[in-house]
Amino acid sequence: MIELQIDGKKVDIAEGSTVMHAAEKAGTYIPHFCYHKKLSIAASCRMCLVDIEKMPKPMPACATSVTQGMVVHTRSDKAVKAQQSVMEFLLINHPLDCPICDQGGECQLQDLAVGYGGSASRYEEEKRVVKVKDVGPLISMQEMARCIHCTRCVRFGQEIAGVMELGMSHRGEHAEIETFVGQSVDSELSGNMIDICPVGALTSKPFRYSARTWELSRRKSVSPHDSTGANLIVQVKNNRVMRVVPLENEVVNECWIADRDRFSYEALNAPDRLTTPMIKQGGKWNDVDWKTALDYVAHGLRGIKTEHGAGAIGALVSPHSTVEELYLAGALVRGLGSQNIDYRLRNAQFDRSRPGALWLGMPIAALSSLQAVLVVGSNLRKDHPLFAQRIRQAARAGCAVSAVMAAEPQWALPVSHVSVAPAAQWVRALADVAAAVAQARNLQAPTSGQATDVAKAIAASLLEGERKAVLLGNAAAHHAQAQELLSLANWIAEHTGASVGYLTEAANTVGAQLVGALPAAQGLNAGQMLGGQLKAALLLNTEPEFDSAAGPAAAKALESCDMVVTLSPFKTNMAFSDVLLPIAPFTETSGTFVNAEGRIQSFHAVVKPQGETRPAWKVLRALADMLGLPGFGFDASTQVLAQALGLSEGAAPALVETGKLSNAIGASQAEPVAWSEPCVAAIYQLDGLVRRAPSLQLTADAKVAAQTEVTA
Amino acid sequence: MSAQSLLAQFQATGVQTCFHNRHINPQILAGLNGANWRLKDYEARGGYQALRQVLGAPGGQAMTPDQVVAVVKESSLRGRGGAGFPTGLKWSFMPRQFPGQKYLVCNSDEGEPGTCKDRDIMEYNPHIVIEGMIIAAYAMGISVGYNYIHGEIFHTYDRFEQALEEARAAGYLGDHILGSSFNFQLHAAHGFGAYICGEETGLLESLEGKKGQPRYKPPFPASFGLYGKPTTINNTETFAAVPWIIRNGGAAYVACGKPNNGGTKIYSVSGDVELPGNYEVPMGTPFAQLLELAGGVRKGRQLKAVIPGGSSSPVLPASIIMDCTMDYDSIAKAGSMLGSGAVIVMDDSRCMVKSLQRLSYFYMHESCGQCTPCREGTGWLSRVVDRIENGQGRPSDMDLLNSVAENIQGRTICALGDAAAMPVRAMLKHYLPEFEYHVVHKTCMVPAYV
Repeated sequence: MIELQIDGKKVDIAEGSTVMHAAEKAGTYIPHFCYHKKLSIAASCRMCLVDIEKMPKPMPACATSVTQGMVVHTRSDKAVKAQQSVMEFLLINHPLDCPICDQGGECQLQDLAVGYGGSASRYEEEKRVVKVKDVGPLISMQEMARCIHCTRCVRFGQEIAGVMELGMSHRGEHAEIETFVGQSVDSELSGNMIDICPVGALTSKPFRYSARTWELSRRKSVSPHDSTGANLIVQVKNNRVMRVVPLENEVVNECWIADRDRFSYEALNAPDRLTTPMIKQGGKWNDVDWKTALDYVAHGLRGIKTEHGAGAIGALVSPHSTVEELYLAGALVRGLGSQNIDYRLRNAQFDRSRPGALWLGMPIAALSSLQAVLVVGSNLRKDHPLFAQRIRQAARAGCAVSAVMAAEPQWALPVSHVSVAPAAQWVRALADVAAAVAQARNLQAPTSGQATDVAKAIAASLLEGERKAVLLGNAAAHHAQAQELLSLANWIAEHTGASVGYLTEAANTVGAQLVGALPAAQGLNAGQMLGGQLKAALLLNTEPEFDSAAGPAAAKALESCDMVVTLSPFKTNMAFSDVLLPIAPFTETSGTFVNAEGRIQSFHAVVKPQGETRPAWKVLRALADMLGLPGFGFDASTQVLAQALGLSEGAAPALVETGKLSNAIGASQAEPVAWSEPCVAAIYQLDGLVRRAPSLQLTADAKVAAQTEVTA
Repeated sequence: MSAQSLLAQFQATGVQTCFHNRHINPQILAGLNGANWRLKDYEARGGYQALRQVLGAPGGQAMTPDQVVAVVKESSLRGRGGAGFPTGLKWSFMPRQFPGQKYLVCNSDEGEPGTCKDRDIMEYNPHIVIEGMIIAAYAMGISVGYNYIHGEIFHTYDRFEQALEEARAAGYLGDHILGSSFNFQLHAAHGFGAYICGEETGLLESLEGKKGQPRYKPPFPASFGLYGKPTTINNTETFAAVPWIIRNGGAAYVACGKPNNGGTKIYSVSGDVELPGNYEVPMGTPFAQLLELAGGVRKGRQLKAVIPGGSSSPVLPASIIMDCTMDYDSIAKAGSMLGSGAVIVMDDSRCMVKSLQRLSYFYMHESCGQCTPCREGTGWLSRVVDRIENGQGRPSDMDLLNSVAENIQGRTICALGDAAAMPVRAMLKHYLPEFEYHVVHKTCMVPAYV
């Protein structure tokens, strides 16, 4: 530990820390722009110049290492004079039109100018004019004259997103932040650059000039998209979600969120929002009131149960729905006497019984410090942008990343070894790795495999170090031989000392397993239900044409049902549904998601439900009441949660008990299924919300996905 | 104009660059005529003898790396690039037992306005640099070196490449140099003409293929240099001085200069002198003598001012500089810097506002733009000087210039900010009346150029 003094306060801090760290620890604010705790040090804005005794010049706090007995003054004449001079320089070319700037009110430069700026400028020449740039649908670079060249966005691209999309071209006064000639910013994490931009140079294209920051109320929430469970601050004005930004949570999303988490809010106000219950009569959709709609559904379900038996009723539910919704959907189906409920719409192979919920097998935060990792069947960067970010940090620190993939991975991080094989060959590819591990450790290989060179290299990387993992991606989870992949991954992990885990697809994939959104022994799985074995289908927050492995065939199968009930925030599934019940998206209901590491994250509604929309847990409760099912007397979603997870009310632990999570192979093996390519959603096709977010659909990633769909 | 015809012209007129007999005890430029740059010529002048001496070939006793460093320390050789840092001390900073690659870099990115000494050394005596670098590499246990050559002198780069080929063929570079166990690979790299790449860490960035922007120091290159490895960077002339020091000993080097300022120094004398060119004279030579060598002030005019060490060094009025001797300590005492040794002589027809306008424009143009005071301040300085020169100055402008320069100086990542600020402050210090005259009379106080 090093002891130093900052403004007379004694601070103890680890060796190798900077004065900035020490000041943070001491609670002393040192003004800064280019410094960001998650980025490398640039020391270029010079705003953090402080006065250090025995040093002739003022020193940048962000880049000066602490030394024993150092005496730092952050408010001495020398320090303040240096800071004021830097502020003057920053402002000479910066437009002084804060009242009409989109960043006004949340601008670091504005804030600090109040403290360090003069009331009039000594600079009277013409200000710099900087050409505007179009870098895509998410980030606006319309006001680049506001840029203060802190290069946070550049360093973010290089270090966090893994792609240098923005750079500083030209030099001196002509230095400009821009993309390579004519290119756009296409990173799946690009929105974070808007957050870290300390001025109004990079702004959110969908949000800009639609509200002032002080008009917005800030409410906490959790992202409903991928399995990270990124913590959000949803900003609301007049009962409308205006913007989403990250809520810092070091163990989950750090201070980042993916563009999917940030911009999907646009869908909340999509033109096809369903705001009233609807019933199809004679091929025509009519708005009805809730009572009529629920009567209709209850009547229909009763009739089908009488006519075809409870086994003809099934629920297809979304892993993007909350724990509460999924639990009640399961309870409702089971209350009707059916076992048919499944969230695994994109799976090909279904196991019957499991010792616990499939999960990441390790804490999310531990991804950042892995020393070796084997990723099987994942488009890591697009499927799990924030996990990829953590693995990228690990790789930067020397983690050996290996992959079993259908094509060379494009993860924007250094990948050491890749076994490229079509999905149909992944079992063989993993068997090869297992054989190489067996060879290295003098063991009997679990199945026959060839210890090929690449397999040996992967095995060797996993046999070294202490912190390592075998991670199965969405394509491995949805694979026709998912069980064999899991079994081989388990074997490899066991014999290399690695942990094994599924990245898990959706915000509540783990939660869905915990609360029984799975068919019991005799129930139909999603594949069977979408294969035409139902007479009545409840579709909770899902669009089987886009959300299932069956794809368009799902629509056909559902058309043959006697009754299809869609619970959705959107007017969807209209071709094959008979009833549409408007349920609240994540912003309009309280609920809980359990993320990949088993973290239980509850959230409140941030706005009131639109129109006649109601939280799905209330809809399911009301429907159960109408059906006369017992045990649905919940008055609050917290009661549902407590019962769903077997907790005493109000005492929600942060993490699911580890006993409930397991990636071990179940007692009864899944049946082999016919080969089909694994069904994996493209980054902006994952769920109904992202599919309806216009700006996301204009991104390069979305266009690529659309292109592939057309050619397919 | 091709390199050949340029050379022919130099030889014919004999006044430019270094082909003249007005050096004093030259060590680096001795006996050069433009044609005798090849290996055999260099060997005939005693070239590579120092290297043989260091490596103990043939049959002799090899010097240890420590002995080489000790000789260089004793010589009081100081970095010829501008800062004048003791070379032996710099070499001793390199970690001895570093497990990975270490690098040696020669800074030939000679971009300081007024300087053209490194160009001549590399073009007319390239092997002296190569030999110096090999010896330096041996002293610091380095196996790979680069010579980063200014981007605007491409024919010099070509020449240096040819010299490298000769040295490789003769076994001076490569594995087992002169039969010893010492290996050293030396490569030439050319820049693209950015002044800032002459700053050592900007140079390293550029050499790595990145944008030439200086790094924040510390860490210094000796611990985190090229590709993050320990690196020593010296100026071309510094390396060129090494063979003589090895052959003649450190004490002899000090003896030919003055204490703490060993050896000879090449001055690029330019501006209002009859015979501009490179002059190699011992450290401590009086400025008056150097001026005389350069033929005195042009057309018999009066000496007004001298910028003694390249455009970034503060200007000194004639009254001060005429009492100075040309060495680091004397010039520093007079309030300027010896810098790279670019002596810019100005006679009494020169307007100091106009001169500063040109200098300030240069620094605005060459600022890399990464750190705030330099990016914003150099442009501001330039604009204010510009308006004074153009008759739109205000009485408060001189204070403003001083204040802006003061706000830049000492607050930037690299020394370019200082380099931009110092000339401004010095001009105002010594020639304030000229600026005031410009503001009041909206015209120049010195007579028009003749």
